[in-house]
Amino acid sequence: MSATVRVKLDPITRIEGHLSVETVIEDGVVKEARAGGTLYRGFESIMQGHSPLDVIQFAQRFCGVCPTAHAIASAQALDTAFGIVPTENGRVIRNLVGGANWIQSHLLHFYTLSVLDYVPGPYAPPFIPRFEGDYRLPKALNEQLMEHYILALSMRLKAHELSAVFSGKMPHSASIVPGGVTIQPTVDRVTTFLWRLRELRNFIDNYYLPDVIAIARVYQDGFETGIGPSNLLTYGSYDLSLEPDVTKRKRLLQMGRLVDGEYRDFDPARITEEVRHSWYTDSGPTHPSEEVTVPMPGKTDAYSWVKAPRYDGEVYEVGPTARVLCTALSGESPAMTEVTNQVLSEVRVAPDVLRSTLGRHLARAIETKFVADAMQDWIMEFQLGQPVCAEFSIPDTASGVGLWCAPRGALGHWIQIEEGKVSRYQAIVPTTWNCSPRDDSGQPGPLEQALEGLAVRDPDSPIEVLRVVHSYDPCVACAIHVVDARGNERGTFRAV
Amino acid sequence: MSTVSRREFMGWMGRAGVGATLLEVIPFNIARALEAAIEEFPLLWLQLSNCSGCSVSVINTIHPSIENVLLDQIIPGYQLVLAFQQTVMAASGELAVKVLDRTHEEYKGRYVLIIEGAIPTRDGGVYGSLGETAGKPVPLADRVRTLAPDAMAVLCVGTCAAYGGISAAKPNPSGCMGTGEFFKREGISTPIVNIPGCPPHPDWFIGTVAHILLLGLPGAEDVDEHGRMKLFYGTTIHRSCTRRDYLDDGVMAQKPGDMGCLLELGCKGPFTKADCSRRSWNSGVNWCIGSGGPCIGCTDPSFPDGCCPLLVLPGGVSS
Repeated sequence: MSATVRVKLDPITRIEGHLSVETVIEDGVVKEARAGGTLYRGFESIMQGHSPLDVIQFAQRFCGVCPTAHAIASAQALDTAFGIVPTENGRVIRNLVGGANWIQSHLLHFYTLSVLDYVPGPYAPPFIPRFEGDYRLPKALNEQLMEHYILALSMRLKAHELSAVFSGKMPHSASIVPGGVTIQPTVDRVTTFLWRLRELRNFIDNYYLPDVIAIARVYQDGFETGIGPSNLLTYGSYDLSLEPDVTKRKRLLQMGRLVDGEYRDFDPARITEEVRHSWYTDSGPTHPSEEVTVPMPGKTDAYSWVKAPRYDGEVYEVGPTARVLCTALSGESPAMTEVTNQVLSEVRVAPDVLRSTLGRHLARAIETKFVADAMQDWIMEFQLGQPVCAEFSIPDTASGVGLWCAPRGALGHWIQIEEGKVSRYQAIVPTTWNCSPRDDSGQPGPLEQALEGLAVRDPDSPIEVLRVVHSYDPCVACAIHVVDARGNERGTFRAV
Repeated sequence: MSTVSRREFMGWMGRAGVGATLLEVIPFNIARALEAAIEEFPLLWLQLSNCSGCSVSVINTIHPSIENVLLDQIIPGYQLVLAFQQTVMAASGELAVKVLDRTHEEYKGRYVLIIEGAIPTRDGGVYGSLGETAGKPVPLADRVRTLAPDAMAVLCVGTCAAYGGISAAKPNPSGCMGTGEFFKREGISTPIVNIPGCPPHPDWFIGTVAHILLLGLPGAEDVDEHGRMKLFYGTTIHRSCTRRDYLDDGVMAQKPGDMGCLLELGCKGPFTKADCSRRSWNSGVNWCIGSGGPCIGCTDPSFPDGCCPLLVLPGGVSS
């Protein structure tokens, strides 16, 4: 007997933003999945006509979880448009502010947003109601992880404090500007940053990494589910040098692609966005610097406000797995290879499992340690008393690009300036790559691919779907948007 | 008045050897009955056209900690029950939406509705939805229409919820509006307290909630003409700015990174009402002007359209 049910999860909770996921489940296996946001904000049109100096503050408001990544990508777009590079102090402070929020975001994602998929919480709201699933950790470990869930709330807060030492406040920082930053690295700030970071590194080494490994050991099947596309893409992050062309910079996390397990280079000119299945007027594959975003609710065959970014027309996944593997396989970072091997050997899995549900959590923990350890060294690179911001003026006509990584993956900002004002602004954020709908040639996006073939024990309590979705750490306010996902009805429709 | 707190209840369950297995099967109502002597305030926290920055800021509260807010009586005898909050709640999908419906039914007139983000209204509200009814997405605006009239009070967390904020910035693509404007249009008369800021300081939120628990809803004497509590938004940033002396001495920053008063770089401190300069942010670590960034006016009803340009170069060049 064949049973087909269509299950729609709306809203997906414990993510940033508004996302729905619709699956067609046949005989307990997902045959088809469609993902889309449920909110459209239209920031690109809001920024038009503004002074270029406004965009760093506007771009941060894409997302309250990863505003510093948007601030840095946006500042970089302005740097390149203005023909300047940040000062050394500016480079270091941007890295430290971004790194601190990176820690904040990954702790928030693992403990606050994801742990409850594996650990049943106390029997009180907001921990109930919940999907009843195959929670299978031993009781003692369960209780320990809930203690760490509580502890992580305060550690995440401390990571925000760490960022605020040099960013002014979090979320939505004040100190990042074209040419660098507005804040001086004084001895008191440097020292408090050092010791606050030490406390967080202790938590990462002795709680976060061990907790991810503990869950991974018990839920080993999580290494076989949620397998995304084999193409991985990252723009790299954390500038270690300051060439005017951002693609030429030496970075802590490497820029590049992974295609069938091989490290390849990356050319930003090959990125396009496609909107055949998105609620925008059709334009064919278009480079983001030339894109015009015109909403078109009610468009036939569209089911998402999220666009479909592609590289050479192919589907790519972005995020921690892409970063860890590209950095390790680029040959540029023996340290990343070492920490990755160390963690993988503890769980006794091979590197390719990082493309799975639990692999993404492992990759996130690995790179958190990697970045936090590097930050310790960066603090000593300050040039006390030297400028924090390069000189600049606003050109009449210019274009610029910022390529960086948000905690969730590759982040690109593109700006055009005419008559001294913003004439066009586009951002392609990580979740646009990962939660993209089908493209012009019908290829499903990464999350959609990762859900296909997933075994779902009970369609009324599809915890397995949540685990895969959460492994991508969707950030939909950044990405944006769906309206109505009515496709062809098959079997019964069930909204869970 | 209180018998057993939520935390004591869970601790007791642990000591009695009742582990996670049994905790899972105890009906919700029993847990609730054990706490019946405590006055409960169910909170329904709706995220509309937002960036989640307000949620992330509120969980930065230190005294009480967010752990205290979730598990303890932040004012003795009063228990907040965070029944619906999408960033932290376990349930997804219809299971989560049912919490809204059930709380609406069971606690009519007694729950507090918290709104984060502006309300998208253009084209019947199609630009933002939450869950479905009979296979149709339910616009966020409809959720507010349903839940707001029966709430005891509505707290607007953040400038988007209060006044439209950045979500409603020109050309306002999704027709966003703040809650007060929406209520006026819809004829909804539930009392509103605004807690603006992009994002608001966690103390402003906790303080407003504590006021409601201890003294009831803020009265006309407690709030200003924009519905904000004077306790937090009573004076301008400028009045007690840590860089105020620079202005008095005529030392004016001329480019980003300069020491000096930030007025000529576009600082909005002279008209922006909030206590940032005295309270400071992120557990007192820093604040915008402390890091050399001019105030952008984020608590002001005119933010952002009335506050742009947010940063200016006095001479056109930063040098």
